Amino acid sequence: MIDFFNKFFRPLPPSGATAKERLRLVLLSDHLSLAPDVVESLKRDLLAVISRYVEIDPAHADVTFERRDHDVAMLASIPITGVRRPGYDESPEPTPPPAPRPVRYDASSASAPASGGVAVATKAQAPSAPVSMELPMAAEPAPAPPVAVVPSGSDETPPKSAATSAAHRRRRRRRKANAAAKRNAQAQDDPPMNASAQA
Amino acid sequence: MMEAFEQPAESPEAVRPLGRAIVITSGKGGVGKTTTTANVGTALAARGAKVVLVDADVGLRNLDIVLGLESRVKFHLLDVLEEKATLDEALIRDKRSESLYLLAAAQTREKEDVDTGLMKALVETLRARFDYVLIDCPAGIEMGFKNAVAGAQHAIIVCTPEVSAVRDADRVVGLLPNDWRPELIVNRLRPLLVKKGKMLSVDDVNGILRLPLLGVIADEPNVIVATNRGEPLALDALSETGAAYRAIAAKIAGEDVPAPEVRPASTGIFSKLGSLFGKRG
Repeated sequence: MIDFFNKFFRPLPPSGATAKERLRLVLLSDHLSLAPDVVESLKRDLLAVISRYVEIDPAHADVTFERRDHDVAMLASIPITGVRRPGYDESPEPTPPPAPRPVRYDASSASAPASGGVAVATKAQAPSAPVSMELPMAAEPAPAPPVAVVPSGSDETPPKSAATSAAHRRRRRRRKANAAAKRNAQAQDDPPMNASAQA
Repeated sequence: MMEAFEQPAESPEAVRPLGRAIVITSGKGGVGKTTTTANVGTALAARGAKVVLVDADVGLRNLDIVLGLESRVKFHLLDVLEEKATLDEALIRDKRSESLYLLAAAQTREKEDVDTGLMKALVETLRARFDYVLIDCPAGIEMGFKNAVAGAQHAIIVCTPEVSAVRDADRVVGLLPNDWRPELIVNRLRPLLVKKGKMLSVDDVNGILRLPLLGVIADEPNVIVATNRGEPLALDALSETGAAYRAIAAKIAGEDVPAPEVRPASTGIFSKLGSLFGKRG
C-alpha cells in the first residue's frame, strides 16, 4: 500500500543522486577556494582575453566564485575604460574581428563544456554608453552568434548566417561607418563605463 | 634523548629492512578509522607480520577498547615520548596474536602535548623493529593529524559513502605530502541502498577522490558485535567482512588481490521468497 502511494507521490530523484550532485558542487567550490593560485591565473587569462576587445582597468577587476543552489558561478566585475577597434579602417571587406559592443555571452546555453559545472555568463551593464550604437545586428533577421569569446590567437571571421546577403553586408558596413563617425565625435569626453560581468 | 626507544625487546635483532609506517586517516570522525586500524593490523599479524598499532588520538583513546586490551594499558605514547616509560614497558602485546602490539594513546592529555619531532623519531624506532607501524590518526586536520602523519610514509584514507565524509577525505588527501599516493578504503557501504540509488556507490566516492581502491567494507551488524566484545572481525573465518579485512591486509603485503566486490547480503530464504514474488530488493 505504501509502495502504491510512493509510486504516485514521488517527485524526488533517488537520494543517492542528490548526494552525488551535492558532493560535486561542494568540492567544486572547496577546490576553488583552496587553490588561490589557480584562481589568480584564471583571472589573469580572463583579463588578457577581455582586454583584446575592450580597454579595462585591471587594478579594479574582481573575479569571485559563488556557490548557488544548482551550480557554482564565476562572478567577474571588470571596469571597462574604453573600446578597441583593431584594424577597423584597414579592411574594406566585412571581415574584421568581432566589433566591440556590449555582449551577452551565456556559456551554459552556448558552448559551455557539458560537465564543467561552472557557468560563465557576461552581461554588460552600460545603459548610456556610446557603444550601444554598435548593435546593428539586433535589427537583422538572422540572430547574431555569441561573440565575446574567441579562441585565443584566432583571427577568423565569425560564422556568417546563410541569410546574410551582400546587400546586408553593404548596409551593415554603412551603419558601422556612421556609428564610428559618431563615436569619434564623442570619444573625447566619454566617461569610463563599468561593464559588470556576471553569471 | 632517543635512547629510551632503542632498547631492543628481545635479543639484539639482526639488521632488517625498515618496516612501513602507514597512517590511517579520514578527516571526518566516526567513519571507522579505529576499527579499520584494529582489523587491518590484526589481519596483517595473522599473516605472520610483526605489527604495532599506534593510537595517535591523544585524549580520546579508543584503539585499546576495539582490541579488548583496555585493562592492560599501563603506559602510553606520551609516557614514552617524555621518557617516563621505556618503549617496551608501553608496548602491549595482543591477546590473540604473538606478533601484534599496541602503543596506547594518553587519555588525560591533549594532542598539543605531543612533540612532532619526537613522534617522528618514535615511529622511526618502531619501523626498525616492526614490519608495519599502523598509526590511528585522530579526526580533524590540526595538531593531532600533523603528529600522526609526521613519521608515516604512506596513508590509508577511510571514507564512508556520505557527502560529508567524502568532502573531508578530499581535504585530507590535499594535506598529505604531494608524493604520497594514499589508498582508499570505503567503509560502511550498504550495497542494498546503493542498488536502490539511495547511497553513494564506491564509484561515486572514488570518482571524486580518484585513489587506488584498497578495499570495501560493508556495513555489517557483526562489526558492532565484534567491537562490543573487543574481538576484531578480521579473525572471524566465517565473516565476509573479516574476509574483506584479510584481503586488504594481503593487498598491503603486496599480494595481487582481485578488486573488492561487495554484494548485497542475502538474508536467506526470506529474500529468496521475496524475489519469487517479484519484490525488488
